[in-house]
Parts: sequence; C-alpha cells; structure tokens
Amino acid sequence: MFESKSGVFLIAGLGFFALSFLVMGLLPWAIYYKEPELSVAQMAEKGMTPEFVDLAERYPDRFKQFFGSPNYKSYAEALQLGHDVYVAEACWHCHSQFIRPVSNEDLRWGPVSHALEYQNALQRPVLFGTRRVGPDLIREAARRTNDWHVAHFYKPTAVAPTSVMPSYTWLFDAEAYPNKKGMALITYVQSLGSWLREYPYFEGDGPLGTGAKSGEPYADATVAPASLALRHGVSNDPH
Amino acid sequence: MTTVSISSDLARHPDAALAGDLVDRKLVLYHLTAGLVFLGVAMLAGLAFSLQFLQKYPFPGIEYLSPGRWRMVHTNGVAYGFLANSFLGSLYWAVPRLTMRPVYSRKLSWFIFWTWQAIVGVTAVGLVLGHAQALEWGETPTYVDPVALLGLILVAVNFLPPIFSMSGPMYVSLWYFVAAFIWTILVYAMGNFLPEYFVGGAAAGAIGGLFIHDLVGLFVTPLGWGLMYYFVPIILRKPMWSHGLSLVGFWGLAFFYPLTGIHHFLYSPIPLFLQHGAVVTTIAIEFVVTTVIINFFGTLRGQGDKLRTSIPTRWFYTGMIFYFTTCLQCSFQTTLTFQRIIHFSDWVVGHAHLVMFGVFGFWLIGITIYLWPRLVGASQWYRPALNSWHYWLTALGTFVMFTDLLVAGLVQGTLWRDLAPWEASLIASYPYWLLRSISGTAIFVGNLMFFYNAYKTWQMSRAPRESMDRNLPASAPIPA
Repeated sequence: MFESKSGVFLIAGLGFFALSFLVMGLLPWAIYYKEPELSVAQMAEKGMTPEFVDLAERYPDRFKQFFGSPNYKSYAEALQLGHDVYVAEACWHCHSQFIRPVSNEDLRWGPVSHALEYQNALQRPVLFGTRRVGPDLIREAARRTNDWHVAHFYKPTAVAPTSVMPSYTWLFDAEAYPNKKGMALITYVQSLGSWLREYPYFEGDGPLGTGAKSGEPYADATVAPASLALRHGVSNDPH
Repeated sequence: MTTVSISSDLARHPDAALAGDLVDRKLVLYHLTAGLVFLGVAMLAGLAFSLQFLQKYPFPGIEYLSPGRWRMVHTNGVAYGFLANSFLGSLYWAVPRLTMRPVYSRKLSWFIFWTWQAIVGVTAVGLVLGHAQALEWGETPTYVDPVALLGLILVAVNFLPPIFSMSGPMYVSLWYFVAAFIWTILVYAMGNFLPEYFVGGAAAGAIGGLFIHDLVGLFVTPLGWGLMYYFVPIILRKPMWSHGLSLVGFWGLAFFYPLTGIHHFLYSPIPLFLQHGAVVTTIAIEFVVTTVIINFFGTLRGQGDKLRTSIPTRWFYTGMIFYFTTCLQCSFQTTLTFQRIIHFSDWVVGHAHLVMFGVFGFWLIGITIYLWPRLVGASQWYRPALNSWHYWLTALGTFVMFTDLLVAGLVQGTLWRDLAPWEASLIASYPYWLLRSISGTAIFVGNLMFFYNAYKTWQMSRAPRESMDRNLPASAPIPA
C-alpha cells in the first residue's frame, strides 16, 4: 500500500488532501456560512463617509465628471473601483488589514479585527495581508485627511520623509489633481474601519483612553488609543 | 527491495543508452533554458524592487514599472517561470528513466511547453498592466487561471501514463511525483477559484493560507525531494541509505503538510482552534524533515569529498542544509509566541527566500549544472571555475540575505510591539535593507556568470568539431 501506485495516488494524493481541505478549509467555511456577505451596494447603504462628500466639495468639477453627485450609488462605484486599484497596485503586499490581539496592536491602531468585518464583497479575496512595510490599514478611516492622502499618494516622502512607499503619479492628472482612480482609492482607504460605531483611531495624537480592547465591530467602541509615549528619539512629525 | 534495485540499476548506467530514445533532450534543454530566462527576469525584478526600500528605485512614477507590480512579477516569475519550467525539464529527464517508458505524448509535451511559456508571459504582462488577483502567489490574472489549471492537468496526463503502466512498486521519486501531479491540480483549483468566486471573508483567508503553503508543500517540495531521491543516488552511484526513512519522509509529508496552511494567519479572525491545529502539524513536519535529512546525509557518508569535487552535489547538499535550517526555523516561528514579534516582519521574507531559492532554487540549479553539458552535447562546462564562483556568490549571498532579514524582522517586530512610531521601524530597517540589496546583487552577479557559462558551453558544443561527441553524451565522461 505504501509504495503502490493506488496507495500513493488515492491515499496521499487525494485522501490526505481531501482531509486537509475538510478540516482546514470547509470547517471555517461552514462556521461562517450563515453569516451574510454584504455586497458593495449594501456596504455603501450603511452610510458613506464624510471624506467621500469632502472629495466632491474639494474637486467639484472633476468629481461630477467621474462620479456625478455623492450618493450611495456613486459611493459604491468608488468603493469598488478603489478596491480594484488597491489590488492592482498590490497595496496589500505592504499593508495588512487585520489587527491582532497581541503586541499592542490595539493600542496603535484600534479594536482587534473581528471575523464579521470581512464578510463583504470588498474582502473577496480577503485582504488580510502577510507583511507590514507600512502600517495596517483596517482602521485607517478618517485617521488622516483627504489632503494628506492626495499628497501622500502623489509623493509619499513629501508628508512622510522616511517612507519607502512608491509614488503613484498615474492616479493623478496632468495638473496633479487626483483622477478617477485616485479619488476612488482615497475613498476606499478612507472607508476602512468606517463600519465601526466609533472611529477614527489616531496614532500618537489621540486622546488618552482605556484602549480599545473590544473585538466586536459593531459594539460601542471605546475611545481612541493611548497616546504613544515611547518615541525612541524619532519625531513623528513631518519635517 | 525492488525499488532499491531499480535505482541501483540506473546508478550503474546513469546516462546509459537504455534511456536513449525515451528522453526528448531538446525539450529538456528548452525547459531548463526557459527556467533560467525567467530566473533572470525574476531576479532583476526583485533587485529593482529592493531598491525601493532604499528610496532609490530607478524608475519612479512610471505606471508599468511600478515597484508593487514588479514585486508580483518577482514572486510569480520564480514560482511559475523558474521553478515550474526547471521542474518540468528535470521531470522529462528523470521520469522516462525511472519508468523505462517515454512520456505519454511528445507532441503534448511541446504543446505544454509553449502553452506554459505563454501562461507565464501573459501573467507577467497582466501583472504589469494591473490585472492582478489579490491572492498571495496566486496573483495570476483571473483570465489566466483556467488556462494554467488546464496546463497542470495536461502535465499530469503526460506524466502519469508511463508511471501507471509500470508493474510492481514504484521508486521513491515516483511516489513524490505522482502525489505532486494530483496535488498541484487540486491546490491550484482550490486557491485560485474558491476565494475568488465561492467563499468570502475569514473562511477565504483560511483557504488562502492553505493555498500559499500547499503551493510550497504540495507542488514545489514533493517535486524537489523526488528529484533529489533520483539525482543524489545517480551522482553518488549508490542507493539511498535507508528505504524505511524514505517511507517515513514521504508519508509524513503527505499527511502533515496539507494541514499547515493556516499558520500564515495566526491571531487572525480565523477560528483559533484551527490556528492551533496548524501550529501542531507544522511542528510535526520538522520531525519528518529530520528523518529525510538523516537519510540523505547517511547516503553521503563515505563520499563527503564529492561536496568538493562535484558542483551539483554541492548545490544539492547546501540546499538540504538550508532546508533543515528553514524547517527548524519554521517550527519556532510558527508558535504563537514567536508570531507576536515576527509576523508581518522581514523575518518571513528571509524565510521565504531561503526556502524557495536557497533550497529548491539551489537544487534546480544543481540539476541544471549536471544536465546542461549532457543536453547540449558538450564534454564539459566552458569554464568550471565560473561554476565555482557562481556557487560561492549565490550561496553566500543567500545566506547573508537570510540572516540579515531574520535580524531585521526581530528589530521591526520589537519596535512595533514597543509602540515606537512607525518611522522608527523604517529608519532601523534601512541598514538591513541595504545589506539585502547588496547580497541580492551578489546572487544576481553569480547567476549572470552562470548564464554566460551556460551560453558559452552551448556555443562551444555548436562549434564544428572533428567527429563524434555532439550526439554522444551517453558514454562521455562528464564530471558529475
């Protein structure tokens, strides 16, 4: 059996793989099977972010041309496009999208990630990520202004001198205003974590609080994380 | 046992005429060449990407040269361009020899060859154009996935008939090959289609984890070990030390390896008991790996001098030492304790480079060095000294890169845990990233020497000579 063709093919090849898929793949699938997966439209209907409206006010002509007026439909469109840009540029290779319950991550970013936060079409395939060259983004909503993101996507070192993020100038038009993809990407990034009842969570400058230990995404989140007292001799401010 | 006698039978005639018509040498040569071309492209992409970390990326602000996109060309080029091509070339050499039968169809072989190059080419272009899929190591655009799956099925159709038409038990290599053919199809289908079309959320994360690790454990690892069980006894001209350990190694890998994938997402929203299961099975792998390593070093016993005299053997055994290192490292890093610090850090990047390049890349390079003169019909390498330079630059470069990134990971993880501003982790990483680029350059230069040497060897074999040895690799005494 252990050296025969049928043994290797059926037991090792098919059997053991099926076993692993059953235990490690189908089981979590079954656990979350009943949880509804929100479509992009449903996510948009839960409420658009002020940042999306802000884009419309800041770049009225361009916004009108790209998305019309800021409503749930155009918000959904921007979210989807922004997500697609995020994937195409492989942002997720350097930015994770989950907060772990260890290593003070809840103090730095906000509440620990919960499985239900990922039951939506924009997490298909799920964007957990496996590397953090830059910070985690799942609590990024409203943490920074649209202006900051515009400058940052155009030339990251302009606002974060130590950054090793590439500049994404093709998300801008010839006059250095964000184009449709650029606005969509900013909308998407500004939406990450906006489903929490209370946000944003600030790094470094937030009010002192008890820390955000709750893992429940829709429960009352506590106030923003503790101020980051440890500076290690490095200034957090752009020079 | 029967299996052992087959291998020793082949060992007496490593290039014997018995395999003469069974192997399409040109096809092997084409696959290995394609593998080296993609290795070159992937290394260039990796090297360029590493410069981004020094804020010195040579082509900033150009959409189609975006570092993020070329990173995917780097990883996918290695997996589907270099490794897959070199594996196929080696298999077309080894499987007919192990089964005494040709592959199913020579036409199909060539169809697979050109289809596969097209798949890798379209994948690279698609990634650069921004058509990536958000699956680690499955970034192949969604429109390539079904074609690639079809290609993998055709590979199985081509290789399984000669194996299944044999009678009696199979040699160790063939266990690994048979399992790998079926696993690769299943893994590719699972990883590329389920999370995209059928499963969402954290459950898809579990499947994505399985895919990342199964790609290493069920596609690359069994093919790599299967080839080692073939080439090491051939070059050392003796059977494996222990058949019993070969059995333990294969069945241990087959049982435990598929269960480990979720260890990529520890402390994630995937149910914790599954994460624990993945940790336990990952540690179990280390014990299995130890038996395999013991078996191979037992085989080497008494012939340690071969590490000096035989360049392929040197690559093989360096790869095995690196394999033991990565697996030992893995049994620690997979624990929840280590994960607190090293997850998301460069530690993992170092680990990945040591596994994919330091182990499987090394083995395939060793196999290519062994096969190349035999394929082009040269009596030896153009400059054996260049092979030595290639080895030392690449091996040292890989070792330095691994160590460097390992330490960098500890530094980054500790700074993150201590709530240092994010910038602190970047500033602390610069020296490590610089050393990473330098060691990467050493690897690249070493391999440029290898490419040059391979080209000149090929050119040398084309040059008109008095008579014979162009088509006479069979008895030619090429140094192993």
